[in-house]
Amino acid sequence: MNYLWGGMILLGVVYGAISGNLQEVTEAAISSAQEGVSLCITMVAVLAFWSGIMEIAQKIGLLKKMEQIMEPVISFLFPQVPKGHPARGHIATNMIANIFGLGSAATPAGLSAMEELKTLSDPEDRPAIASDAMCDFLIINISSLQLIPVNIIAYRSQYGSANPSAIVGPAIVATLISTVAAVLFIKIRRIFFGKRNIL
Amino acid sequence: MKMLLYLSEAIIPLLLLYIVGTGLVKKQNVYEDFLTGAKSGIKTAVQLLPTLIGLMVAVGVLRASGFLDFLSELLGKLLGGLGTTTELLPIALVKMVSSSAATGLLLDLYKQFGTDSFLGLAASIMLSCTETIFYTMSVYFMAAKVTKTRYTLAGALFSTIVGIVSSVLIAKLMVS
Repeated sequence: MNYLWGGMILLGVVYGAISGNLQEVTEAAISSAQEGVSLCITMVAVLAFWSGIMEIAQKIGLLKKMEQIMEPVISFLFPQVPKGHPARGHIATNMIANIFGLGSAATPAGLSAMEELKTLSDPEDRPAIASDAMCDFLIINISSLQLIPVNIIAYRSQYGSANPSAIVGPAIVATLISTVAAVLFIKIRRIFFGKRNIL
Repeated sequence: MKMLLYLSEAIIPLLLLYIVGTGLVKKQNVYEDFLTGAKSGIKTAVQLLPTLIGLMVAVGVLRASGFLDFLSELLGKLLGGLGTTTELLPIALVKMVSSSAATGLLLDLYKQFGTDSFLGLAASIMLSCTETIFYTMSVYFMAAKVTKTRYTLAGALFSTIVGIVSSVLIAKLMVS
């Protein structure tokens, strides 16, 4: 992350200097920081709302139910997370919300999942190193789980598509392929480098 | 299909109805629970502020420098032999760092080539099966206060590239 972020800044400045866009780079740095603040304000609203709803969902046992539905999947993908650990419920909720395209509901569950996974790794020994479960969870998450790309369908119909939803089937296939690729990646990695496991 | 769109519009209200309704039936103190959850949500979001600023600045600087355009042009030239993917590469690259910027490029492409052209279809599928890698990694790892992300980026890039390639292939099948 360190090198990724640093690299992006350096590349931007160096390339900006070469191409004579330094003025734009300066402006972008400040205006992007402002964008970050307004994004955060949106996040405050979204996270507050969904975390509030999730709290009720947890009290009525909905998270437990989602955990049960996703049980086989989670045991397969995250064998190192013990049964009954709260991380499982959050992972299940995050995945289900993503599958149904409720990205904003998925975020608070995903963040809680990461916090819970953190309690599983050895915090004194390696405070800032991601555990296997964290990496695997994020790779699956980034592989995209959303089945129906509602926003894309909306854009397509807005721009005069004859059949806006023609991409639903293909998008499901592509999403499945990329998710299978992610699962293969984490499974194969575990076979070859599993000895260096960090829980 | 109308049904599907209607369902996706109604899913959040229905979810609210179900969760709050069940809470009331089970005699839960739903309002208090909501406030407790909201409070922790706000705390999480505020802790994310530095991350979000850092993220937006890096993406903004890179975009403003013109580097992204340069890179996608370069890749387009290198991969020019592989067919009409030059227009798709910028979208694929931008989507890895910023979802809203990628949407902007998608709409440009719709305007220029049409939504149901090969490019329109390929880009639509591509954006449906990929996530914003940089954003997701920053925000999620920030929540766990992790700085060493090990093999996450490699895995995420791998599944994203597989997704992009299959989008192009599927779109080719659709127009042929």
